[in-house]
Amino acid sequence: MSGYLADVAALARKDLRLELRARDTLPAMLLFVLATLVVFHFALPADVGNDPAYGLLWVALVFTSLLGLARAWVPEREAGALDGLVLAPTDRSAIWLGKTIASLAFLGAAEVVALPAFVLFFAPLDGPALAGVVLASVGICAVGSLVSAMAAASRGREVLLPLIFLPLAIPIVVGGVGASISEEPGKFLAFLGLYDAVFAILSWAAFEYVVTE
Amino acid sequence: MSMKSPSLTVIASGAAVLAAVAVAIIFFVAPEDADQGLSQKIFYVHVPIALTAYACFGLAAWKAFRLLTTRGERYDLESYTGVHQGTIFGALTLVTGSIWAKASWGVWWTWSSNQLVLFLVLFLFYCAYFMLRFSIEPGPRRERISAVYALFGVALVPVSFLAIRLASDFIHPTVFTREGPQMTGEMFAAFCVSWASITLLAYVMYRVELAGKRTDANLRELREALAS
Repeated sequence: MSGYLADVAALARKDLRLELRARDTLPAMLLFVLATLVVFHFALPADVGNDPAYGLLWVALVFTSLLGLARAWVPEREAGALDGLVLAPTDRSAIWLGKTIASLAFLGAAEVVALPAFVLFFAPLDGPALAGVVLASVGICAVGSLVSAMAAASRGREVLLPLIFLPLAIPIVVGGVGASISEEPGKFLAFLGLYDAVFAILSWAAFEYVVTE
Repeated sequence: MSMKSPSLTVIASGAAVLAAVAVAIIFFVAPEDADQGLSQKIFYVHVPIALTAYACFGLAAWKAFRLLTTRGERYDLESYTGVHQGTIFGALTLVTGSIWAKASWGVWWTWSSNQLVLFLVLFLFYCAYFMLRFSIEPGPRRERISAVYALFGVALVPVSFLAIRLASDFIHPTVFTREGPQMTGEMFAAFCVSWASITLLAYVMYRVELAGKRTDANLRELREALAS
């Protein structure tokens, strides 16, 4: 098991190191989420109150994560690195877990900028809303790293990913918005936890079939 | 067609007869709904179609599961046909639900109907299945990715249902409750006959489509063999 975790850590570290050197995903995500929030300011009428802003925060987060996920498997596709990884003597699900952790790190970094910006521009965020963001990010990255591997295997990768991912992300948005604005956020947080568990297990078990020839 | 199962013609005729019986019961035997009147009759079509769509998606996921566990190639076309039939019946659910919403609530679309919203989400999800499937080169990889996607579908159904339930503030008319169906005997009979006829129809369509797809695949193999 320690070998498995070491593999996962090595794979995640590889992605983070690549990003540190090339810087082609995270700056784009940061700029995108800020630009989206500014666009939303102009999209919202002035007198609607805070609730619509919370909804738009979730739209911004999901779309920002899409931007990162679309690039998630690009390094593996270039020069056939994925074939090498699949041939490596490790459980294939380690590749998925490493990618999920790396995507989560990117999304987390984007949120570290996006959430203070949201508070500054729009409305305060309370504890349940933040817990919702954390739980939703786990679900987004768990499902997202699997479906982006699916999309990466197809011809129309960039176009396909949002089509596959958005229907799967609808429950996340429901849970996240509920946790942000509901009087009783507990059930929405529980729902997000349930979503994470169901889809993380499914993605973990299914990943092998997506990458093997 | 295999010789063991009854021929498709017999099943298709059975579906047609059952459909005729269902229509007769729906309009001449089942009492008119006290609350909704004539428009409630679409219930006998709408709900069986929706249940059939679920059954098709479930069948597709089961075949997908079999494909992943046994690597049997034939399950790929079966799973694909299941998704295809499910999408057809899902679209019909949206159409009949929309008509029912117009008749009983006066609008073509309402976000307050959990079932309709769920079918919209599923419709979007399974439409993307075709986009995904047809942008991957045919082969074992496409079979497995399609299968994983079909399996995700059955996980998405309950999760989405829960999500929509949480998100909604109104309720859909609940016909089945824990105390059993809230219908008279004739209404329930009409519902069951209609359900049986639509399920049979779906089965016939599934078999016909599958046979066509198999012939298509065989033909392509023959052509490739001839060309090489």
